[in-house]
Amino acid sequence: MAKAMDEIKWQELEIGAVVTEPGNAAEYKTGSWRSERPVVQKEQCIKCGVCWLFCPDMCIIRAVEGHFTANLNYCKGCGICARECPVGCITMISEEG
Amino acid sequence: MDKYSVFSARLVEQTEYMASGHRACQGCAEVLALRLVLKALGRDTIVAMSTGCMEIISSPLPLTSWNIPWIHNAFENSSAVVSGCESGMKAMMRKGKLAPKKINFVAMGGDGATADIGMGPLSGALERGHDMIYVCYDNEAYMNTGIQRSSSTPYGASTTTSPAGKASIGQQTRKKNMPQIAVAHNVPYVATACPSFPFDLMEKVKRAAEIPGPAYLHILSVCPTGWRIPPDEAIRYGRLAVDTCMFPLYEVVDGKYRLTYRPNPVLPLKEYLSGQGRYRHLTEKDHEKIESMMKSDYEKIVKLSDEV
Ligand SMILES: Cc1ncc(C[n+]2csc(CCOP(=O)(O)OP(=O)(O)O)c2C)c(N)n1
Ligand code: SF4
Ligand code: SF4
Ligand code: SF4
Ligand SMILES: [Mg+2]
Repeated sequence: MAKAMDEIKWQELEIGAVVTEPGNAAEYKTGSWRSERPVVQKEQCIKCGVCWLFCPDMCIIRAVEGHFTANLNYCKGCGICARECPVGCITMISEEG
Repeated sequence: MDKYSVFSARLVEQTEYMASGHRACQGCAEVLALRLVLKALGRDTIVAMSTGCMEIISSPLPLTSWNIPWIHNAFENSSAVVSGCESGMKAMMRKGKLAPKKINFVAMGGDGATADIGMGPLSGALERGHDMIYVCYDNEAYMNTGIQRSSSTPYGASTTTSPAGKASIGQQTRKKNMPQIAVAHNVPYVATACPSFPFDLMEKVKRAAEIPGPAYLHILSVCPTGWRIPPDEAIRYGRLAVDTCMFPLYEVVDGKYRLTYRPNPVLPLKEYLSGQGRYRHLTEKDHEKIESMMKSDYEKIVKLSDEV
């Protein structure tokens, strides 16, 4: 886990402020930004992967059964997957319940 | 959407070279474009990036979204930095200090970085003939600092520094034609692309990487925040830009033009313009004017493509 910026002393920074751990931004969970969540109707999913291909947050994963589903740690709830799904099997549901 | 226009994600590289956890707005098609570009390039890639949305959202110290070597640059100099990387590493390979390897040297910037501030260094790098790729993510304004107009903002679009009102239509000048400027440098490869057409985009990136010498890619990147559209419509508006001929998809190989996609049927421009907040103030007459400008631009590309 990287320290928060205000906890880091300048002496601790690498020369050139190099970050040596690739992709460590994944520590930051953007899922908290979301107000709506995509819900996939598994039985209707034709496993085409269109939702996966268009997700700007790289957060659609393939479940063991082969259908696609969002990783809610990162999903920002943009609704692109629901809009682009060719069979319309994704619905956006309010997080408010 | 058309059921078969995009099919089988199994054909696409599964590895993500951009990590989740980046700070782009919901529905940002600019970061989607970046994601697809990196998939096409693969791991042996070095990126130098000008400041702008993609830099800010991917590199809040001490975190990075990048899974490949990446260098932050000032606004103007990503092309110069990549030129240096390419020349330096090739010299080290020649001298046996580095194992010979095919590496993609890539500079990236927004439309502000490309069409305005970094134009000089980009022109220099294209002219010197480095084996590099320049990728412009064109969201048609300086989005990162709050939607200011750039020379790539289209005529009639309202931005914070070209606001529409009684005395102005919004942006009063015409969009600078960056791909044509790149073509004028006689580089071996120039192409336009849009992430709403992911396979076309990734094929072009691969071709740019294969062809020795400089390549220029101009990617229309829908920005829901700056275009004032709902985030779930980012892909749809990219498709509309292409299907109305507002943004033609083409490539220029050694000076020879080829449209890689011909919309059929061509959709009415109104479908693209209406619904976007930045064009909300436009009248029927304004639409007609924009359409006639668009038509003359598109016909030029068609003519050049038909000559082949
Ligand atoms: C020389 C200089 N001028 C201004 C800025 C402030 N600035 C940082 S990013 C940015 C906007 C970038 O616009 P663009 O290149 O189109 O990328 P976008 O954010 O739209 O992706 C501006 C004006 C800067 N960093 N350096
Ligand atoms: S709602 Fe948006 S962020 Fe969430 S999985 Fe769908 S495309 Fe990805
Ligand atoms: S786009 Fe729809 S049908 Fe295709 S994999 Fe995703 S959820 Fe399944
Ligand atoms: S302002 Fe636009 S380009 Fe920038 S991160 Fe947000 S949606 Fe993407
Ligand atoms: Mg921009």
